[in-house]
Amino acid sequence: MSDLLAGDLITPDAGAAPLLGLASVSILKAAPLTRLSLRARAPSLKTAGLAFGSSLPTRPLTSTTADRRAALWMGPDEWTLLAPVEDLRAVFDGIEGKLAGEPHALVDVSDRSEAIIVSGEKASWLLNTGIFVDFSLESFPVGTVTRTLFHKTPVMVWRIGPDTFVVEAWGSFMDYVSGLLVQCAQELQAA
Amino acid sequence: MLLIYCPYCEIERAETEFHCGGEAHIARPSDPEKATDDDWVEFLYMRSNTKGIAAERWRHIHGCGRFFNAVRDTVSDKFLTFYKAGDPRPDLEALAREAGK
Repeated sequence: MSDLLAGDLITPDAGAAPLLGLASVSILKAAPLTRLSLRARAPSLKTAGLAFGSSLPTRPLTSTTADRRAALWMGPDEWTLLAPVEDLRAVFDGIEGKLAGEPHALVDVSDRSEAIIVSGEKASWLLNTGIFVDFSLESFPVGTVTRTLFHKTPVMVWRIGPDTFVVEAWGSFMDYVSGLLVQCAQELQAA
Repeated sequence: MLLIYCPYCEIERAETEFHCGGEAHIARPSDPEKATDDDWVEFLYMRSNTKGIAAERWRHIHGCGRFFNAVRDTVSDKFLTFYKAGDPRPDLEALAREAGK
């Protein structure tokens, strides 16, 4: 998956069976990640980006990636920072150390959500069964990240390739999200 | 379904992502110790309940999470403008004239 954004970060969970494996779309459970929620103001962003290893995007709904790091824009003063599981301590302490004395909030939310990787030519069609967002490449280019609603549950959608999306939902909502996606995909098999 | 523009995400999204926060530009009494009971009643409960062009607070709760303001025609549900929280209230009469009201 090296041609995808953050291919060294977002990897399928090797121990989990695929949730869906059609020719036109597949759903894989993603391996665990370090997820940090950062709230900070404009003057701290450069320092935080340097400490993290990837600059923080300031354009709405965009993301930046670097070597085993990804920073996702969540709001005008809010970012989600992704890193490998084993780097949690180093990343957390690194940012806290550099931002000491500046107003900010850095919280470890690694276990709050789970991610699935939805990929294939019908991936955007499948997501559109529950998300009212235009997923055409013109309005939702690779790298775009947004929080939105999937049916009734809040999710985060991040496009890491033309036909590949990462969908994150809170742990207890993930069965609902992946279950509904698998159910909606039955329509593809029926056709 | 309404389409609502979030001035922080700079994108139009479905109404289901948003939450309406009621009338905009209601200022809390600046000196609470001097405010009378009537001032508090005015601040807490009294709303103009406009039929026509009104400024409202909205929150992009299933998006960036930010509050912003919008001017909406409460009769037709048509949005006339969106602006960030803290920005001054636009000229509602001018907006109404533009919209042909």
